[in-house]
Amino acid sequence: MKLDRRTFIEILVGFSAGAGAGIMLTPVNWKIMDDMAIWSQEMWPRYQLGGLKGKLPERGKVTHEDTVCKLCPGGCGITVRKVKDRATKIEGRDGYPVNNGGICLLGASGLQLLYGPWRVPGPLKRSGKRGSGAFGRISWEEAIDEVVHKLTDLRDKGEAHAVAAILDSDRGTVPQLFSRFLKAYGSPNFIRTASDQDTYELALNLMQGAEDSVGYDLEGANFILSFGSGLIEGWGSPVRVIQAHSKWRSGNGDRARVVQIEPRLSNTAAKADNWHAVRPGTEGALALGLAHVIVKESLYDPMFTANHTFGFEDWNDFTGKIYMGFKSLVLTEYSPQSVSDITGLSPRKIVALARAFAEADRPIAVWGRGKGTTSGSLYECMAVHALNALVGNINKPGGVSTRPDVATQPWAEVVQDATACTCFNMPRVDGAGSSRYPLTKYLPDRWPQVMDGGNGGIKALLVNGADPYFTTMDSAAVAKAFEHIPFVVSFSSYLDETAYHADLILPNHHYLERWEDMPTPVGLHKPVLGLLKPVVSPQFDTRHVGDVIMTIAKSLGGKVADSFPWEDYKTALKETVGEKWGALEEEGFVEDANPASEGSFGTPSGKFEFYVTAFDQAGMTMRKDEEYLPHYAPIKPEGNPVLYPLLLVPTELMRLADGAVGNPPFCTKTLEENELKGDGLFVEINPMTAADYGLSEGAHATLATPKGKAKVLVNLTEGIMPGVIGIPKGLGHKAYDDYLAGKGVNANSLIGVVEDPVSGLCATWGIRAKLTRV
Amino acid sequence: MSTTEEKEQAVADEGQEATEEIAAEEVHEPKPVKPGTWRFLIPIIAFAMGFGPHFLLGWVIFPQLLYGKKQQPIDFNHKLHVEEMGECEGCHFFRGDGSFAGIPDLSSCLECHEEQVGEHPEEAKLVKQYVEPGKEIPWLVYSRQPQCVFFSHAAHVVKGEMECVTCHGPVGESEHLKPYYYNRLTLYSRDIWGSNPAGYKKHTWDRMKMDDCAECHEEKKGIKEACFVCHK
Repeated sequence: MKLDRRTFIEILVGFSAGAGAGIMLTPVNWKIMDDMAIWSQEMWPRYQLGGLKGKLPERGKVTHEDTVCKLCPGGCGITVRKVKDRATKIEGRDGYPVNNGGICLLGASGLQLLYGPWRVPGPLKRSGKRGSGAFGRISWEEAIDEVVHKLTDLRDKGEAHAVAAILDSDRGTVPQLFSRFLKAYGSPNFIRTASDQDTYELALNLMQGAEDSVGYDLEGANFILSFGSGLIEGWGSPVRVIQAHSKWRSGNGDRARVVQIEPRLSNTAAKADNWHAVRPGTEGALALGLAHVIVKESLYDPMFTANHTFGFEDWNDFTGKIYMGFKSLVLTEYSPQSVSDITGLSPRKIVALARAFAEADRPIAVWGRGKGTTSGSLYECMAVHALNALVGNINKPGGVSTRPDVATQPWAEVVQDATACTCFNMPRVDGAGSSRYPLTKYLPDRWPQVMDGGNGGIKALLVNGADPYFTTMDSAAVAKAFEHIPFVVSFSSYLDETAYHADLILPNHHYLERWEDMPTPVGLHKPVLGLLKPVVSPQFDTRHVGDVIMTIAKSLGGKVADSFPWEDYKTALKETVGEKWGALEEEGFVEDANPASEGSFGTPSGKFEFYVTAFDQAGMTMRKDEEYLPHYAPIKPEGNPVLYPLLLVPTELMRLADGAVGNPPFCTKTLEENELKGDGLFVEINPMTAADYGLSEGAHATLATPKGKAKVLVNLTEGIMPGVIGIPKGLGHKAYDDYLAGKGVNANSLIGVVEDPVSGLCATWGIRAKLTRV
Repeated sequence: MSTTEEKEQAVADEGQEATEEIAAEEVHEPKPVKPGTWRFLIPIIAFAMGFGPHFLLGWVIFPQLLYGKKQQPIDFNHKLHVEEMGECEGCHFFRGDGSFAGIPDLSSCLECHEEQVGEHPEEAKLVKQYVEPGKEIPWLVYSRQPQCVFFSHAAHVVKGEMECVTCHGPVGESEHLKPYYYNRLTLYSRDIWGSNPAGYKKHTWDRMKMDDCAECHEEKKGIKEACFVCHK
């Protein structure tokens, strides 16, 4: 047969059709398609991760381990789900006395912080210019040697007082080790980062003679009057307060009334029974206006005020001089009309609110703006606390009490050598405890402003658990203050802002990798001691900061070394907890009853003092009687009202962490399109105000304050007072990594520090600002 | 006449000659083709030649290329162990928290085989290679579903009261472990798709694809379920 063109085509077509039909009648196509689907979904990522043995999670036995969250002062109990050695999920721990099974967004994102790329891999030493982010790995021995060398050098020069430590807390064994170290070494500069606890501790000290901070029986109260506290925005111990809030909102017997005083429609305000938008910064005046009505209409607790308070009525001393009492002050100065003029709230509403509050069974007035991350005004805090005293709910169920800790074993007194003794008694760098601010313990926002409290400034700074470079107001001043410190050591597990600007990083274990105690969480009214246990082995070359500080102390030798008799941190922890250790290790927490009892006060008068006698004892001279009493002392925002016609107030969101820990991407993802879009941050503004400036929704604008400028986007909302701009806190990180940094603006870079005249603490509630369209 | 025109003329003449040649052939050598002769077989044979090998390729060679074969680390005798330990639950039990233990770990083996108790060479292998060095046995799991599938044994066995055999087949009656075939592309066990390359099944346990889950769910619950029930 001749293979002609026709035959060729016939064979070709015939063969192809046969091959096609043959293959189509087999499962090849369908099988390959199915396998490709699985391959592209599972194997392709595996190839990208470095081959077949890539980073795909290993299978293994599933276990659950309990520990305590340390991402905020809330101290929730958590249960970590593990597959083999890998932590895979964090859940709230059932039955834990703080959060009973609940967890917040940040807590649930803890694993992202554990395994994230921002972890410090081991001891790092700065190799480039400070702030350039250039670090080189060194060994632990070299790192510790370097710190010891520097500290020895300063001490030899008699400059031990030029060393400072900034921590997030002063309670628990780790902060106590730092405090002990500084005392033995010879420095008075233990600084705790700012929170409403600074002012509340001081107010309770002045009015109740208490050493502890405040505890609220929120679950027991049935009328909650909140002066700007973000009850469901992360105030107090967030999960606990949200759970209490759910109880208040329920229809059964736990139903409570919630009244929110705030210039902005926060979630708390939106969910409250009543929301009163008063002019920002005038909350203290409103509290006193309410006190006026309560006193005038005799709605106060006559037994408590008569038996357990001092300075309610006018009084005279042994010379016969008459002093003004709280009653006269509020009756003369804070009539509903005058308070209405200050706050913008109508007199009718003030009277109605005062009556409702005083007539409730178990009313409670809570204070602390937003999440409570700023110190605030002392007199405002006292004015709110005075309301609690008026209705007699101090140290009562459903009321306000102190926040004691579970009793632990005290450590032996530090024996100081001559250098330590001299240097320890030098003035602090922040001016706390000085003749100007004798009653304040720490002034965290003040040190960058003064940098030198009359003692030559900080020459070596140790930072643990805090990120002052990011969280302190007036970022420019902080950056400048850091520039003046020749030696900065960070113990952070993450490459946060402070670590980024440090000379040495000696990374602590992550909170899921270490032992530590968690004293009573913020705002809790019953003592609870929680225990952090390592749930995963250290992922990097990190060391427990307790061990590191002890090693440094021991290397310094002499009496400094003698102050640390423990072999290691865990021994110190065990000995401190004492006989409760067994129960603590077994259960993960121990509880105690609140020892505070009604009518027991540590003030000079032995009573709850409306009229604070401690001022005189501390040598503070007040010019007028009212300065001894809770009164309205307006804190003026920085800036010229002509140049900066608007008011900028920081706002806080539950979904945005603004504390020492950077907001992990899981949380950032939950921000709405009108909160963060791309890297652009939205500020809230009332449409009426926006119209004045020709700004529409989503418009680009420049926000300027006396402290700085930033490009922002505009979100129009009627949920904010006209003339006020709201800026969320927690964005604008520059350290960490690409996933976390570069989003939005750090609100602290636009807001400055306004000192409270009595405490010296930062009383800023906002700043004057202007908004220009770009 | 220009050069271009000359060329065009030449091409035209050539074409004319060619046409004349074909015409001449047709006229002088007529070759009548009878319809219905062998010629029609050409495409059929070609079709068959294409069909046969490809059909074979798809059914026989392709599965051999696609699947790799591995032997289990130890040839485990299920039948013997069922006699000793009782039903499946003797070893494949639910833990206190409701999670399923799956394949027992080495510690379960150690309950009996801390030292050699019999004379079987596979037991000797167990003791020597795994018990003595304290190494977990790297069992190859026939029924391992892809990562994207969430499956709870408790929901099916405890709440749904299903028998193990429904999905896993009569494994408990086997005296030897069958070879483990794995898909070279996806690395998953062949048993998910089923040993039949077309996925035909005779028993409920022959295949464990999504359609098989849905089939049973539709039968028992009346719905095929939503995506998120299994793909969390």
